[in-house]
Amino acid sequence: MTRQPHKTPPPVSAQQENFLRAHHRHHHRITLGRFFLLLLFLGLWETAAALGWIDSFFFSSPSGILQYLGQMIVDHSFFAHTGVTLFETIASFFLVTVLSLLAATLLWYQNSLSEILEPYLVVLNALPKSALAPLLIVWLGTGTNTIIVAGLSVAIFGSIISLYTGFCQVDPEMCKLIYTLGGSRKDALTKVILPSSVPLILSSMKVNIGLSLVGVIIGEFLAARRGLGYLIIYGSQVFQLNMVITSIIILCAIAMVFYKLIQSAEHYYKKKY
Amino acid sequence: MQPILSLRDVSYSYHNLKGETPALSHINLQISEGSFVAVVGPSGCGKSTLLSIIAGLLAPEEGEVLYRGLSSRDYCPDSALKIGYMLQRDHLFEWRTVYQNVILGLELTHSLTEENTDYILKLLEDYGLYGFKDKKPSELSGGMRQRAALIRTMAVHPDLLLLDEPFSALDFQTRLSVSADIANIIRQTGKTALLITHDLSEAITLADRVIVLSRRPAGVKREMSIHYEIGREDPLAVRGTAAYQTYFNQLWEVLTDDKTTA
Repeated sequence: MTRQPHKTPPPVSAQQENFLRAHHRHHHRITLGRFFLLLLFLGLWETAAALGWIDSFFFSSPSGILQYLGQMIVDHSFFAHTGVTLFETIASFFLVTVLSLLAATLLWYQNSLSEILEPYLVVLNALPKSALAPLLIVWLGTGTNTIIVAGLSVAIFGSIISLYTGFCQVDPEMCKLIYTLGGSRKDALTKVILPSSVPLILSSMKVNIGLSLVGVIIGEFLAARRGLGYLIIYGSQVFQLNMVITSIIILCAIAMVFYKLIQSAEHYYKKKY
Repeated sequence: MQPILSLRDVSYSYHNLKGETPALSHINLQISEGSFVAVVGPSGCGKSTLLSIIAGLLAPEEGEVLYRGLSSRDYCPDSALKIGYMLQRDHLFEWRTVYQNVILGLELTHSLTEENTDYILKLLEDYGLYGFKDKKPSELSGGMRQRAALIRTMAVHPDLLLLDEPFSALDFQTRLSVSADIANIIRQTGKTALLITHDLSEAITLADRVIVLSRRPAGVKREMSIHYEIGREDPLAVRGTAAYQTYFNQLWEVLTDDKTTA
């Protein structure tokens, strides 16, 4: 996985070639192993369901899931429910990212404010946010707003704390440099703290997207008529386990796509700097 | 002529809950325009505190700092004294190109005029960095990074340069050539410089005057004028002269005397 620009390649020694070949072989083996594990799992599941080792009414089966997924796509419910969950997750992820950046900046800017707020932040971060969901329903009603706020509440406190901690760990000598050149604290923020924290911000985004999804699903469990979380709860209530498991698998796919997107942003940043 | 900088009875202590640590005690100093002064002293004696006070980053607890006779740098905007400060490490920002790094000071003081950027380009050319201006700092050698840091400092036309052990992060060979190089640049431009170092050889090869500080809390212990018949272009030749040996021995005596009596 070398990403060097292609210049005229220098002559490669036999040992280097051997090393490269061994390296590639290793990678192929790992990829193969991953696919094999997935196939084995799906095959076992299907066989077990077909031969009646497990009750496919409760445990579903890969073919049942595929069938149900096809049906969802045909009647467009796939797009409606996935779309709602996607929108709510992206909205709360966006809010978490923007608000936590603003809050961490403010805390860094105002030392005494951060000292005052520290215990509150710690408590709010440690609090299981699902406990807040019923309260949110009472305050905001059932619907998209409640769910977005639920997603927000799960991720935001941890994100503020990790960003603020990161801001404080930036080498103070770098800020001193700004002051010696005639800059203010605001300059230290915009020229040193923020640009040097880009890797930190990206890695906290990786955590945030997962947590936002968790919050959104909790919200949908309790306060929704649409979305994958609603399908999971509804499906379990009417014993439609195909519906439940299909929704979970769609969730897996969403989580993976988001993670990969942020990871590629990280790769892009690393390549550039 | 009025000294560019004078310190009168400057004292400073650091405070924490366990008590106070005096760092500087009644420092008196005068630095004349165009001179190159080195400050040496035992490690941890408060040399960097001294620079921070001169640069105005810390306010002295007692005494006062006069810039061309005025008690504050900004007292009269026309005669405002500009101070350039070179830190121990170059702190070139990896997320900026070399050029973007050296214009940082102009950016911060909102003085990115064509005249100033032309001056920067000229400096880059003079110091052999023009070809590297669009590279990342990590692609430069240690000596080149230090020169880039010097350009960043010089870009704002400072009247007084403060150098806080700017060569201590370099390996010995690079250090010899880069320090001579940078001292020559400073001399040619006629700037006043105050160099802090713990390296006696560096102090007596580069400076016209060496100030020896005592152990913490630092006070001025001795001042020495340095002069070589052969000039200072070649740092190795300077280090071979008899005068250099004499200066070194004198300085060594002053410093070690400090350790035995303290």
